[in-house]
Amino acid sequence: MIVAEQKPFEEIAKMVEIFDKVLILGCNECVTVCLSGGEKEVGVLATSLRLYRKQGDRPITTVEETLVRQCEWEYLDEIEKLVEDVDCIISMACGVGVQFVAERFPDKWVIPALDTKCAGGAVEHGLWEERCGMCGECILHKTGGVCPVARCSKRILNGPCGGSQNGKCEVKDVDCIWDQIYKRMMALGRMDQLMEIELEKDWSKARDGGPRKMSREEVMIGE
Amino acid sequence: MSENKSRLQTLFEQGEFVVTGEIGPPKSASGAGIREHAKHLSGYCDATNLTDNQTAIVRLSSIASGVHVLQAGGEPIVQMTCRDRNRIAIQSDLLGAYSLGIKNLLCLSGDHQSFGNHPTSANVFDVDSLQLIRMVKRMRDEKVFACGEEIKKDEPRFFIGAVANPFADPFEVRVYRMEKKINAGAQFFQTQIIFDLERFDRFMELARERGLHERSYIMAGVMPVKSAKVAGYMKKFVSGMAVPDDMIERLKKAEDQQAEAVEICVEQIKYLKNVKGVKGVHIMAVGWEEIVPTIVEKAGLLPRPQVPGLAQVAG
Amino acid sequence: MSEFQPKIVAFCCYYCAYSAADLAGSMRLQYPPTIRMIEQPCSGRIDIQLILQAFEDGADGVYVAGCLEGDCHFLKGNYRAKRRVAEAKKILDDVGIGGERVEMYNLSGSMGPRFAEVAHEMHDRIKGLGPSPLNKRATKKEVMTGDCS
Repeated sequence: MIVAEQKPFEEIAKMVEIFDKVLILGCNECVTVCLSGGEKEVGVLATSLRLYRKQGDRPITTVEETLVRQCEWEYLDEIEKLVEDVDCIISMACGVGVQFVAERFPDKWVIPALDTKCAGGAVEHGLWEERCGMCGECILHKTGGVCPVARCSKRILNGPCGGSQNGKCEVKDVDCIWDQIYKRMMALGRMDQLMEIELEKDWSKARDGGPRKMSREEVMIGE
Repeated sequence: MSENKSRLQTLFEQGEFVVTGEIGPPKSASGAGIREHAKHLSGYCDATNLTDNQTAIVRLSSIASGVHVLQAGGEPIVQMTCRDRNRIAIQSDLLGAYSLGIKNLLCLSGDHQSFGNHPTSANVFDVDSLQLIRMVKRMRDEKVFACGEEIKKDEPRFFIGAVANPFADPFEVRVYRMEKKINAGAQFFQTQIIFDLERFDRFMELARERGLHERSYIMAGVMPVKSAKVAGYMKKFVSGMAVPDDMIERLKKAEDQQAEAVEICVEQIKYLKNVKGVKGVHIMAVGWEEIVPTIVEKAGLLPRPQVPGLAQVAG
Repeated sequence: MSEFQPKIVAFCCYYCAYSAADLAGSMRLQYPPTIRMIEQPCSGRIDIQLILQAFEDGADGVYVAGCLEGDCHFLKGNYRAKRRVAEAKKILDDVGIGGERVEMYNLSGSMGPRFAEVAHEMHDRIKGLGPSPLNKRATKKEVMTGDCS
């Protein structure tokens, strides 16, 4: 899932200071699962903003709504009426959701409430970790199912580097993923594979090549 | 501080109409060609750009090329892009370049690597051209690195250049961005190659409206286009460049296309020289460097001015 | 300011604090009338929104009273409550209400005197802090509307 984290309240409050009626829009997908932009978080942010603004001379009215997902037009269509009536929309979705909202409602000012962090998962309650670097060409079959692109601080493809000690990366609080890859490959009897030099990666398939697209002719609607 | 000023800056300040050229470093480990070109441009160009892996093709480094130009008695303008280095490498290279005597720096974003010979490489773009300009200015004027840490002594004191493309879209934004670059610290500009004089006029009009011609030295970019074929190719494949059809036609019809190319370029320079706010011309004749003296001469830009206290130097 | 009588909402776990309040009553222990108790099936029922809501609806202070650590009837509800109260403190600081207006307490059903003590402690704290910034703007006579349960 996409892992996102709420921006500091102060920043959000600053972004909405000139607005009197805002729609706080949650998303029921990834950000609900990572507890940053679901229905509950919408409620907390809305209440926080009201509490904050009530202390000044400019109270704020909040409208709360949470969509099935913000990254699909049909769900955004549902809130057309709600949107008409507000000064701005605070999207509590990932960056994708925020942009879909902005594109769907070009006349409205849209504010992101979250910082989108990574593609990852919850390794335990309340702890999410990055797992995928979205490089556009998966190499997990070469590294025992452990991704060095996302999880090595230097995204080294022939690791570990000299900074690895006791399973730890030279970068603070990071596990050396190549330590794990090595141990896993050993355990699986695939050391010979790890001895092969992994050549330069084709970064044109990653973000470096420019914004990416994917299309599937057979699911397109039309003639 | 005047002893620190580059020849280029001094000429601008003297009010001279400045002529700069451009050398594309080779795809090899020899500087001989660069030195030769530099000597060739001597007395015709006041300074010479050294491109930084232009169109993302690996070439001899722009800083090393600049040193070759210096060794040949020329005045280099080293280009620095944001594509291949992060802020650590950029600042390090800037210290190195200045330590080797390079005083003019042109800051650009850089062509995307997909255009070059290593399209699968990663890109950096840690800082963008605006941030780069500001970084170089702060290193010079505030004596600090990008992180804010003090440069204890011998800060690099570059004359800071930037580029502007009057032919990219949206049109008005080009002027705003130019202004933003000036606000960030750009002192001189070299524009993208100009073929569409009318559009350039409109661009300069907007620039003048905002007083940009008084806040920076704007150099108009020109290029002698060797043949109709090259012109056609450029129109098709080079992004952000407006190649007018009538120019292609004119080249096509000419008996001697190269002579016609020179003629067109000279006409353009003569025109641009009279556009208010244009302080110089930047002749990009990469791959056809030997034609530059002819163009400069025919355009009536000789002799090149002297800088008191500085030896006569080449481009 | 001497007349300020705070409105304090106490979210009390049925298995401990709520019983402790009963016991305090049987023992005829006095505790301030400023405390409004709300029975909860477990302190783990509390969530941040509930705490914020209490303040929005007029509370000057809020506390959550759960079982002694390790003694939660539902095993870990009170630990969860503790973390949520800590987060609510941060949010209340952020929004300018003040995190010190919310607290977590742990006690058992047999601790009647402790219940009264906690009530006094919270009453004194909030009295010292004065009305919540929201109530400072309101007239003194205005009473809390509705209940927060």
